[in-house]
Order: sequence, then structure tokens, then C-alpha cells
Amino acid sequence: MSVLYERVTKVWLALMVLTVVSTWGLSNGLFGPTVAVTGIFLIAAVKARFVMLDFMELRYAPVPVRAAFEGWIVVVVAMILGFWFLTPPAG
Amino acid sequence: VAALSTLSEKRGRLHGVDGIWALIGADAVIFAFLFGSFMQERLHNPGAFEVSRHTLNINLGGIDTLILLTSSWTVALAIQALKRDLAERMPRYLLVGMLTGLLFMACKAIEYVQKLAHGITPATNSFYMWYFTLTGIHLFHVALGTALLAYVWIRSRRGRYRSTNRAVPECVASFWHLVDLVWIVLFPLLYLMKAA
Repeated sequence: MSVLYERVTKVWLALMVLTVVSTWGLSNGLFGPTVAVTGIFLIAAVKARFVMLDFMELRYAPVPVRAAFEGWIVVVVAMILGFWFLTPPAG
Repeated sequence: VAALSTLSEKRGRLHGVDGIWALIGADAVIFAFLFGSFMQERLHNPGAFEVSRHTLNINLGGIDTLILLTSSWTVALAIQALKRDLAERMPRYLLVGMLTGLLFMACKAIEYVQKLAHGITPATNSFYMWYFTLTGIHLFHVALGTALLAYVWIRSRRGRYRSTNRAVPECVASFWHLVDLVWIVLFPLLYLMKAA
């Protein structure tokens, strides 16, 4: 078993890259708040889904369990973005 | 037929024991309510939340994320090794998982000390109350998960686990991935969410 060929290793690399993109790319001043916040939370949803399906191995879980966890991240991100769009500007 | 039955067996299987998933699910729901409460509070005072957010150390928060992702990956590798009857590889992966857990705690300690040194406490304003509460609850999970990883690491060194006896390491690994999962949402919520 070579660690490099493991799916979890490829997933880990993708997670690291996505983290760098959202932390040091999208959050800097180059992007407007709407693009930055939407992008950052959509990336968070993708990362969370990778962790659930590949690290927690929910990919092979009974469908209701997998749906509940995937539903959790959809609801959480939709709720956060929903509140964000409802919040008046800070200025 | 054998392949199909293996696939259906694989398809319907949860890591560890079913009870751990009830615990993980309940914990995830509690965190979802906390995230919602944070956003509701922010709705009424976005200016103070934005000013306070700027005092957080984004670089350290980003590094924390990279640390936890790496930790989760090594713990996932430990489970993969165990499943393939390569249990002798488990301790080294678990050790890295445990040490990265300790590193995360050290980073959080540095962050808290920096805040307290600047006179920032949970009583400063509602943003910091949420910052200390949410990161504190998460840190408790990190400490618990690291302790559980240490327990599994010690037992794996003694050769206690086999591919046919892996419920305990799988439960601990699943809990550890939840800790990662929560941080994936918590970090952008507190550190990266710009005001409109």
C-alpha cells in the first residue's frame, strides 16, 4: 500500500489546496464581499463533503445516514449565507 | 454474485458502532444551532462584528485548518491500514494524528494568550463572547479527540487491533473527523466572513 496512491491522500491534497484558496486567495481584498463570502462558504461545503464521504467513509453508508450528513452541510451553509444576505452592510 | 454481495455489504456499512453516529449527528446539530445563533446576533450588529473580526489572526486560523486536515488524513490512513491487515502501520499514523492535535491546541493557546494580552476577553463584546465560546467548545472536542487518539495509539502499539476488530479505532476516527468538519465551517464563520 503506497500512501501516495490512496484516495484519502488525493482528497487531503485537494482539501489543502481549497483551504489555501479560501484563506489566502478569496479573503484578500481582490474580491468583493459577496463573491468572497459566497465562494468561501461554497468551498467550505465542498471540503465538508469530502471529509464526510472519504474520511468518515459515508460514501458507503446506508443512504439515509449519508443523506442526513450531506443535508447537514447544505442546511448549515444555506443558513449562514441566508443570514449574511439579510444582514445590513457594516458601514 | 460474490462481488455484488460484497458491494451491497460495503454500501450499507457504517464505521464503528451505530451509537457513535447518533452522538456525532447530535453534536453536528448542536453546532448548527450555535452557528445560526452567531449569525442571528451578527444580524443586529454587523459593524462591531466586522471590526472585531479584523483583530483575529487569519494566518494562524488558516494554519490551524491545514493542521486539522492533515491530522484527519493520517487518522484515515491508520484506518485504511487496519482494514488491509497492515495493523503494524497504525501506530505511526495515529502518532502523527495525535501530535497534530496537540499542535492545534498549542496554536489556539497562542491565539488566546495574544487576545488576553491585548485585554480582549469574552466580556469585551458579543463577537468575542461567540469567538471564545465557539472556539472553546471546539477546543474541548480537540482535547477529547486527542486523548482518544492517544488511547487507540497505545493499544495499537500493543497489537490490540485487527481488521476483524476495529470498531473502537473507527469510532475514534469518526469522532476526530467530526472535529475537522466543524472547524471547516467555524473557521470561515469567525475569521473570513467579511461584512457586506
